[in-house]
Amino acid sequence: MGTQELEQGGLVGPAPAGTAVDGVPVARLARPGSVEEASQVLRAAAEDGLAVVFAGGASKLGLGNPPERADLLVSSERLDQVLEHAAGDLVVRAQAGVRLADLQAALAPAGQWLALDPPEPRATVGGVVAANASGPRRLRYGTVRDLIIGITVVLADGTVAHAGGKVVKNVAGYDLAKLFCGSLGTLGMIAEVIFRLHPLPAAAAVVTLEVEEPAQAGRAVQRLLRSPLEPSAVELVVDEWGWPGRLTTVFEGIQPGVEAQATAAAELLGQVGSAAVAGPGQTDAALSQLGALPFEKAELAFKATFPPAELPAVLAELRGRGPLRWGGSLRAHAGTGVLWLASDAREGELPADSPAVPRMVGWVTEARERLAARGGGLVVVKAPPHLKGQVDAWGPAGDALGLMRRVKERFDPDRRMSPGRFVGGI
Amino acid sequence: MDREALIRRLEEITGPQGVISERNQLRTYECDGLANFRVVPSVVVLPETADQAQGVVRACHEAGVPFVARGSGTGLSGGALPVSDGVLIVLARMRRILEVDLDNQRAVVEPGVLNLQVTKEVAGDGFYYAPDPSSQQVCSIGGNVAENSGGAHCLKYGFTTNHVTGLEVVLPDGELVHLGGGKAPDPPGYDLLGAFVGSEGTLGIATTVTLRLLRKPEAVRTLLAAFEGTDQAGDAVSRIIGAGIVPAAIEMMDALAMEAAEAAVHVHYPEGAGAVLVVELDGPEAEVAHQFDEVERLCQEAGSTTIQIAEDDDQRALFWKGRKSAFAAVGRISPDYYVQDGVIPRTALPEVLRRITELADERGLRVANVFHAGDGNLHPLVLYDGEVEGQEQRAEELSAEILYTCLDHGGSITGEHGVGFDKKQYLPKQFSAEDLDTMQLVRCAFDPDGRANPGKVFPTPRLCGERPGPRRVHPVEQAGLAEVF
Repeated sequence: MGTQELEQGGLVGPAPAGTAVDGVPVARLARPGSVEEASQVLRAAAEDGLAVVFAGGASKLGLGNPPERADLLVSSERLDQVLEHAAGDLVVRAQAGVRLADLQAALAPAGQWLALDPPEPRATVGGVVAANASGPRRLRYGTVRDLIIGITVVLADGTVAHAGGKVVKNVAGYDLAKLFCGSLGTLGMIAEVIFRLHPLPAAAAVVTLEVEEPAQAGRAVQRLLRSPLEPSAVELVVDEWGWPGRLTTVFEGIQPGVEAQATAAAELLGQVGSAAVAGPGQTDAALSQLGALPFEKAELAFKATFPPAELPAVLAELRGRGPLRWGGSLRAHAGTGVLWLASDAREGELPADSPAVPRMVGWVTEARERLAARGGGLVVVKAPPHLKGQVDAWGPAGDALGLMRRVKERFDPDRRMSPGRFVGGI
Repeated sequence: MDREALIRRLEEITGPQGVISERNQLRTYECDGLANFRVVPSVVVLPETADQAQGVVRACHEAGVPFVARGSGTGLSGGALPVSDGVLIVLARMRRILEVDLDNQRAVVEPGVLNLQVTKEVAGDGFYYAPDPSSQQVCSIGGNVAENSGGAHCLKYGFTTNHVTGLEVVLPDGELVHLGGGKAPDPPGYDLLGAFVGSEGTLGIATTVTLRLLRKPEAVRTLLAAFEGTDQAGDAVSRIIGAGIVPAAIEMMDALAMEAAEAAVHVHYPEGAGAVLVVELDGPEAEVAHQFDEVERLCQEAGSTTIQIAEDDDQRALFWKGRKSAFAAVGRISPDYYVQDGVIPRTALPEVLRRITELADERGLRVANVFHAGDGNLHPLVLYDGEVEGQEQRAEELSAEILYTCLDHGGSITGEHGVGFDKKQYLPKQFSAEDLDTMQLVRCAFDPDGRANPGKVFPTPRLCGERPGPRRVHPVEQAGLAEVF
């Protein structure tokens, strides 16, 4: 049965005008409402040889390289059920299309949450897994790979497969859930996910430090990491690439605990610069802004990764270069070696014939070399399609690329799952 | 290539001191920590460097010979059981700590380095390596990677997979690749590191491992609470978790396990207790102090008869010694025993324990229970006497029934010991044929010839040439001419 039969049943239909993935238009849309329907859709797409792309909240469609082909967009929007919340076991099972915000709202009455805080308001849990999205609190809780304990996927030929399960501790079989983390729809569709949960912290305290320059930021972060303090997040923000920047350290837990930690942190950071424990109103404001990336309107954005101790060197090297020359902004999950950069060129302000384009391409190449020399890399997370044609979104994937290709070939021998979006043209 | 030629080839790579081929010497390696199964390997080779390890694997590949990797040989599922026509590659001589980078909180080590050695290396600087399997004094990091080892403290801190950030791996064809970002986070590409950790030696051999180091917590507090029975102890665990507290560890032992541990290490468990909990909190001083009082109160509310609080590190060590020596200590109260490893949702604990007791009674056997109560990982120890006709078989049946009980409650057949050789026939009870075929896709990408630790984990793997897929409807069936039953 091909997709035409499914169209008669209403499972597949024409995509709304303007539907595109990273500039590549997609003609047809499927919105399966169950794992079985997702399996039917992918089996039909296999029959017809269609290239398939996937969307959850559609907030990461610009991540990666543009797909080589995209015939059918499979949306998880109707897979929106929280299937099981075992509060006593700190576990939740949800369909992929559940929005993270809705999941958190469903968990909160039990005093629990999924310890992931990516900034995209529309993000779905499946999308977070596929894009390996993370936020400031990854310092304490890790990333989605550390929290996912089970997965149901639908492969290119419609096969439904599970791995992991509903118990946190489990070493039976291969950990396919991790393999799908960050795979960006190139191995198949994520249909259901099971996560371990954490208690929702009852109290928070914030310590802020003005930082004048990169070396000082580095010293401050090292002091925190070398101390027995346990911050949830250590965020560096430099707006408009103008120092001074601000280092925000967040403690979450029980009231007496966070108070004591914040006082100790303020004292510790006071040896580096002007540090203060935020007042109650400031705390709420700092938390609500925490992790917000200045990307919404930016034409170009990057994610730099590096060993955390390289922070000051990376900051110093990037300063005044490339997109930053135009007054872009920077945010770092400073304790983890993740740094987000956004140019202040607004959407549409970087046309294909702009003289800035070749400069940008040159900058990406140079930044990649510099970061690689420090053990890291640079991902282009947002760019106009014409620029993506000139620069790979991911950069080098190292000596395991051949092995990654072999994994891809096994899962998707016909290369129909989001072809071309991933590293090395996978 | 015949055996003699392969031995010569291996001797060229490691030197003659690195190759064992005499039958008597080979027998040293015929089993790992699960002694029920024994196979004498064709050759044992002990590389001393990653280069040599790569050379050995390449030689196996060229000779078309299967290989099995072994660390310290402490595994409890027969994961390092040799194959008779294959090479056993022992990584125990690769014992160097290559780098300690405290600014980035990482250590880079060879696979033969012992788990506890990592912590010893960095303890002076106030750091430690978190995963702490009970065998941590003797088990190797490479083995931990293969098994995704846990330990008592993984309730709060996670497993090996959460603490390994980079691997250098020799693939089964001898190619050397680097997985994971090492010191940098979020490397682009598939998370093959995540797929490799816990793959039980079936995807290749790790020759270098980058580990995350943690800062030692400011405060650690431990208590031992006695209860009338496991129901009350289980209730205390529920109350603690329900209060939003994540202890570093919550361990439970029942009366029989206590009896064994008492005989071995003299912890002085309270007289007449039906169960004890060891609860440990760690973290910032103010938080721990507050939550520790709460834990004490919750234990009392759940009916704890006595609570002992560790006054110092020595007493804490004693509490832990009782727990960590429990497996071996059972040897003092029973001539033979099986160590089982299953997982259930923690909340099903009372029900599952009752079922285990029923199953044991039906067979006239005793079961001592030791478990990581916080995360539902059970270690029932099935006691038997091999000299008594039929007991061993009944014990084996009981062990299997316990796993089925775990699966009935939505759990797993193994929480930390691995599937290995021992449990591969149970894997299809937990996963469907499609699930296993999908896992096999990963195997085929890494090891298309199936030479890395063959015969482990998967009961009857498909050959890599076969194309699995959804069951196709036969035309005859489609035409309504036949039905499939």
